[in-house]
Amino acid sequence: MAHIELYNDLPGIRGLMAYRPETEAPLNFLAETLLRDDNNSLSRGERELIGTYVSYLNDCFFCQNVHGAMAGHYLGCNIDQIDRIKQDFKTAELDGKMKALLAIAASVQKGGKNVTVDQVEEARNNGATDVEVHDTVLIAAAFCMFNRYVDGLATWAPTDRQFYVNRAPQRAVEGYQSSVYK
Amino acid sequence: MAYIKLLNEELPGIVGLLNYRPETAKPLTLLAETLLRGPSTLTSGEREIIAASVSWWNNCHFCHTSHAAAAVAHYQCDLGLIDEIKKGLPNTEVSDKLRALLHVAHQVQRSGREVTEADIAQARELGATDQEIHDTVLIAAAFCMFNRYVDGLGTWAPQSREAYKEMGERMAYVGYGKS
Repeated sequence: MAHIELYNDLPGIRGLMAYRPETEAPLNFLAETLLRDDNNSLSRGERELIGTYVSYLNDCFFCQNVHGAMAGHYLGCNIDQIDRIKQDFKTAELDGKMKALLAIAASVQKGGKNVTVDQVEEARNNGATDVEVHDTVLIAAAFCMFNRYVDGLATWAPTDRQFYVNRAPQRAVEGYQSSVYK
Repeated sequence: MAYIKLLNEELPGIVGLLNYRPETAKPLTLLAETLLRGPSTLTSGEREIIAASVSWWNNCHFCHTSHAAAAVAHYQCDLGLIDEIKKGLPNTEVSDKLRALLHVAHQVQRSGREVTEADIAQARELGATDQEIHDTVLIAAAFCMFNRYVDGLGTWAPQSREAYKEMGERMAYVGYGKS
């Protein structure tokens, strides 16, 4: 049970968003911009993978499964493949740029000051633009918020991981805002 | 010098980042405005103290000093509050409710999973409503984002607390994302 009375039985962040519509609006606006806006040189799948990895490092079950399923949907991977990336992205089948960006995301998860000039240089050497580095840092930082929000209020999450996989295609089409209630 | 080439390198902290990427600036400033100045039974001063405390625990000089300066503006007190926040407000008169909420915020800063039922029960016992607990958790979580954004891109920040006085007044009286 959540730490507070939500007056709904929606799981994870959806229950919190239904509880407090005033803060739902900017939070979903942020998620839409970071993860779904197509005016971005990182693909939706790459951005979802960053969110998934940070949620995994923060040990947030709900977020890593929602966004892992989204990443899998966009990148054409199943749960096992996404799990392998989370456990060791360095040996996974990802390009050098994505590996360098995930290393930056891992540092952000620990704390902003953990990111080093060398990590940014490595990302640049692998073809990352400044905007891509910016977006990676902001996505990683945003998931340090979303994860704490979801777990800090002890929301519940479906334990069947297939639940998240089944919802991903519709969420990919309709977006985060319209997925709160359905 | 930030890790990426900003459009205006004179703008400190998050200001330079918001200017660099207007697409993400919009939701970020709307979030800050809603959390810190929107409708809530917590005063804006209390919410800025939560924001500044979390930023201090995250070792983010720019966010700590600017949001503490916003709290100074709300309370119309002197800049000494900035250092008081670092020490956990030993010499400042604040309610027991706010102290309990600051404890919840500190747990969130460590990790969402650190918040216990006992932490929540204590806040409730000292008068916090469910919505105040909700808002405290979300403000604390949001500053774990803002702090990482500001420091993760290596932005610069003015050192002295006096340099933040005007900024704090603008944050308190004009708001976020408004010119």
